[in-house]
Amino acid sequence: MLLNFLGVLFDGLAYGMLLFLISVGLSVTMGLMGFINLAHGAFAMGGGYLAVTLMNAGWPFLATLPVVFAGTAVAATFFERVFYRPLYRATSLDQVLLTVGLIFMAMAAATYIWGSSQQPVHLPEYLSGQFPVLGLDLSRYRLFLIAIGGAITLALVFGLERTRFGAKIRAAVDNQRMAAGVGINVGAVFQITFALGCGLAGLGGALGIDVLGLDPVFPIKYMVYFLLVVAVGGAGSIKGTLAAALLLGVCDIATKYYIPDVGAFAIYAVMVLLLLLRPEGLAGRRAAT
Amino acid sequence: MTNKKLIQALTACIAFTVTAAVQAQSTIKVGVLAPFSGPFADFGQQISNGIKVYMQQHGDTVAGKKIEVIYKDTTGPAPDVAKRLMQELVTRDRVQFIAGFGLTPNAMAVAPVATEAKVPTVIMNAATSIITAKSPYLARVSMTLPQVTAPMAEWAYKNGVRKVYTLVTDYGPGHDAEATFKKVFTKLGGQIVGEARVPLRNPEYAPYVQRVKDTGPEALFVFVPAGEAAVGIMKAYAERGLAQAGIKLIGTGDMTDDTVLQALGDTARGMVTTHHYSAAHDSPENKAYVQTYAEMHGTRLRPNFMSVGGYDGMAAIYEVAKLLNGNIDGDKAMAVLRGMKLNSPRGPIMIDPQTRDIVQNVYVRKVERVNGQLYNVEFDKFEMVQDPGKR
Repeated sequence: MLLNFLGVLFDGLAYGMLLFLISVGLSVTMGLMGFINLAHGAFAMGGGYLAVTLMNAGWPFLATLPVVFAGTAVAATFFERVFYRPLYRATSLDQVLLTVGLIFMAMAAATYIWGSSQQPVHLPEYLSGQFPVLGLDLSRYRLFLIAIGGAITLALVFGLERTRFGAKIRAAVDNQRMAAGVGINVGAVFQITFALGCGLAGLGGALGIDVLGLDPVFPIKYMVYFLLVVAVGGAGSIKGTLAAALLLGVCDIATKYYIPDVGAFAIYAVMVLLLLLRPEGLAGRRAAT
Repeated sequence: MTNKKLIQALTACIAFTVTAAVQAQSTIKVGVLAPFSGPFADFGQQISNGIKVYMQQHGDTVAGKKIEVIYKDTTGPAPDVAKRLMQELVTRDRVQFIAGFGLTPNAMAVAPVATEAKVPTVIMNAATSIITAKSPYLARVSMTLPQVTAPMAEWAYKNGVRKVYTLVTDYGPGHDAEATFKKVFTKLGGQIVGEARVPLRNPEYAPYVQRVKDTGPEALFVFVPAGEAAVGIMKAYAERGLAQAGIKLIGTGDMTDDTVLQALGDTARGMVTTHHYSAAHDSPENKAYVQTYAEMHGTRLRPNFMSVGGYDGMAAIYEVAKLLNGNIDGDKAMAVLRGMKLNSPRGPIMIDPQTRDIVQNVYVRKVERVNGQLYNVEFDKFEMVQDPGKR
């Protein structure tokens, strides 16, 4: 009984980590830059397809991950320059319309290039199967997800709170004119932040293929989950996003295991409850005025 | 506008209508309603690919008339769109046949239109049992879910399985599969030790599968629509070590559909399913079919059961046109369709004279590697199975 519970807890944490990896980029762009980027999932999907294409060309899974991160980030730089930048000061509605349009274009492009079916992913031997720990069978891939998620959290928290670049981002967010006045190149800072956020999405997309699958409707299918995690966590907060993702992940898995009849809806109930209690999100910061 | 101009315009209109009417007599128009965009776009693609293969093999003229196919996109499960498009096809394009239908709700929605317009309508995919009962002008060439589920229950019992856990997607066809499996299996003396319904959109299957493992049945029966659900369950099944725990994985062929089989990877090997078509079916008709399909549409997408539905639907329409010598009349066409026998790539098929539903062989298959690729290899069959949902 206890063993079952520990197993469920572990699965939930791993699932939460995956949610975190995919959503954290959105939290960064939405919270820090104030841009409602619904096309976030399209970048995640792009990362997934890049990983699959490289693996089909004979690359090992692990080697594709850095390339996916860099590749998605570079592509995002282009999109930021051409599509996103002109709309930084536009209303939310314009931003939503633009990014929803991008989603449809991405879906059509993916269908055209890779077809509409599910893409295969072949994990290396050492990442598949289970790993017995004290009578508990832990999935190796999920252990790997938890490790990567932890490492990225540390890197992000350190990067945003302890480095000079992190300080520049926060300054640019709080007051663009002031930041520009003290010599910060706000445009460049936003560009890099956006690329970073999308790179993380791509990485999450590639890591998630094994659990979430990958097909051209990915960006629409999982959009609700990204938004849910960011809303519950509080946009712009890394720790809040992590807490929200883990909490939702564990709740989702636990209810699906113990009460499968209502399992899939529990995650929404948790969201409603949390947002009623904390409308700003778990660690929300008020929007910069 | 002056009177003269008005008369000119009118004459032009009349001339146009007359030409249109003449054209209509030298062609037979077939309206195909299927999803060509959205999440179910591959349904439409497979159906239309099958139609095109048939027309490539058999030419586009029957009884001296040219067959013209008009494709309309229903965009997904959208009954209102399907109904509107059907009305347009019937009143404006004056089609003699309607065909297609990837999804049940759309087929149900057009049934009244078919009855009113007396248009023979050929269901090429939608698989809920009740559909053909909705209009006397509907005939089905695909399959019904109870038809492929019942043999699975019989086969499992015959091979020593007594305790089964069922896992189905929570929508119409899923309920059909669950009910049919339970009915047949418990009647034989088997026991259902657990049931779970998973939502249509569900990104995480591990907890459901873990629960199955902890319950400890002898087999897990799964019905999910082909796609990521199949991938998700298969991955969880392999990762959680259910095979090592002695739990067999069985299901309908949707799970190991030819188009997703490669994405499932080696974890799918050994899975036993029952279905009416496999791209690996061993017959000269199927070899020719698969070959023409690859020549026309490339090898990236493998023909699956939906494409065969399109192919056989077209075969049925050609047969009707031939026997009626090109003069299509709704009631006469249905009389020809009732009891029609065809030699399909999937084997012999027949349209039941009473229910207008498909009667066909259901094959028991196992996933194996053939020439480096995963295929559903047939090793047993139930001959000429009727839809048990109608009896």
